Amino acid sequence: MIVAEVKPMDEIQDTLKKYSKVLITGCGSCVTVCLSGGAQQVEVLASSLRTARKQEGTPLEVGEETQVRQCDPMFIEQIRDKAAGYEAILSMGCGAGVQTMAETLGNIPVYPALDTVFFGGADGKGGFVELCAACGQCILSRTGGICPVARCAKSLTDGPCGGAQDGNCEVDKDTRCAWQLIYARMMRLGQLHLLKEITPPKAARVHPARLKREE
Amino acid sequence: MGFREAVESGKFLITAEVGPGKGTDMEELLEDAQAVKDRIHAINVTDLQSSVMRLGSLAVSHILADRGIEPIYQLTCRDRNRLALQSDLLSAWVLGIQNVLALTGDNPVLGDHPDSKPVFDCDSVSLLKMIHTLNSGHDMAGNELKGVPDFFPGAVVNPGADAGAGLEMQLIKLEKKIEAGARFIQTQGVFELDSFEKFMKRVEGFNIPVMGGIIMLKSAGMAKFMNKNVAGISVPESQIKAMTDTDDKVKTSVEIASHLVKGMKEMCQGVHIMAIGWEKKIPMVLDEAGL
Repeated sequence: MIVAEVKPMDEIQDTLKKYSKVLITGCGSCVTVCLSGGAQQVEVLASSLRTARKQEGTPLEVGEETQVRQCDPMFIEQIRDKAAGYEAILSMGCGAGVQTMAETLGNIPVYPALDTVFFGGADGKGGFVELCAACGQCILSRTGGICPVARCAKSLTDGPCGGAQDGNCEVDKDTRCAWQLIYARMMRLGQLHLLKEITPPKAARVHPARLKREE
Repeated sequence: MGFREAVESGKFLITAEVGPGKGTDMEELLEDAQAVKDRIHAINVTDLQSSVMRLGSLAVSHILADRGIEPIYQLTCRDRNRLALQSDLLSAWVLGIQNVLALTGDNPVLGDHPDSKPVFDCDSVSLLKMIHTLNSGHDMAGNELKGVPDFFPGAVVNPGADAGAGLEMQLIKLEKKIEAGARFIQTQGVFELDSFEKFMKRVEGFNIPVMGGIIMLKSAGMAKFMNKNVAGISVPESQIKAMTDTDDKVKTSVEIASHLVKGMKEMCQGVHIMAIGWEKKIPMVLDEAGL
């Protein structure tokens, strides 16, 4: 899923300071799962903003909405009429959601409430961890299902640097060295021989990428 | 005798290392290099070591070469994509540089510009392949070169990597580096001969000269700092105690380093002495080790 986190409250308040009527929109997809931008977070943020602005003496009227998915114009169309009654929209979708909303609604400013940080999964401890870098050239078949592009601090594809200490990355002592994990997994799978093959450097991505579907 | 010739003739190899500083002042670096040049086969020039922004290794390698001090140009993949790496290599060749040490490079987040974007378009293995390709008269895209370099490439390994998966992966990667064209190996700093001997046994069949890395200790504090912060380095308590108890730090440091050099003479094909500003003491180390 796409993982995002709520921006610092000061930054959000600064973005909204010139408005008096704002619609906060949540997204029912990835950011709901990672507890950053679902209906519940919309409610909490709306309440915090109302309280803060009331204390400042510049009350803010805040509407709340949550779409099934913000990255699809079809779902955004459903709030077109409601959105027209507000000065601005504060989206709690990921970067793709914010942009789709801004593009679809056109004449109303749409601001991000979240920082989109990575593609990942649950870490089993209530948090989330980056697992995929969307590089477009998947090598997981040769690395035991552990991605060194996303999980090695240097995205090395030919083996580790010499920097791991006690099994942990030199950049972050709480992160296991991806290449040590790969070695252990490949040993269990009886596939260590695959690690001896030299991996050619990947082709750089050209943005924006597209996925076309035939009719 | 040049470095390549020394490697190919099977001589016991001796290299040192200088790190360009932050700024344009090269006086001390040139003095240090001058002080050791008659005792070594070549001198490494580091490439923004520890991801700290400094004067570049290409310019300094060229200046040393001009003064008759043979450089080993350290080149990392941290700051250059494949266009820049290939171009810098061609530039190095026309500037009189023949030896290249191919490195991945430290992560910028550990240096003094932590927000800098890391490149890592290639890694040490693909950089070695790239050097081989250029030596063969083509660039990575297969285009023919007009004027072809003949680099002598080397690589590094960390013998002190985490036992188990860490060390096994180091060895797998070392084999890839050799397959990709590395002709000599320099190691991370070694402080214990017993564990180094075990490492050398593991690489016996690799058929490549290995130069044991020796970092000169300047103080007990430095040793403790490295033990805590530098992967693969473990200075034994006995050496830390010797550096603490001594009245003459230089003398003790030289004794520790020369003991390692003597031991390595029997174990590997050379030494790479990292004196970190104490290059002028290297001749004393070599004298004591009988080299």
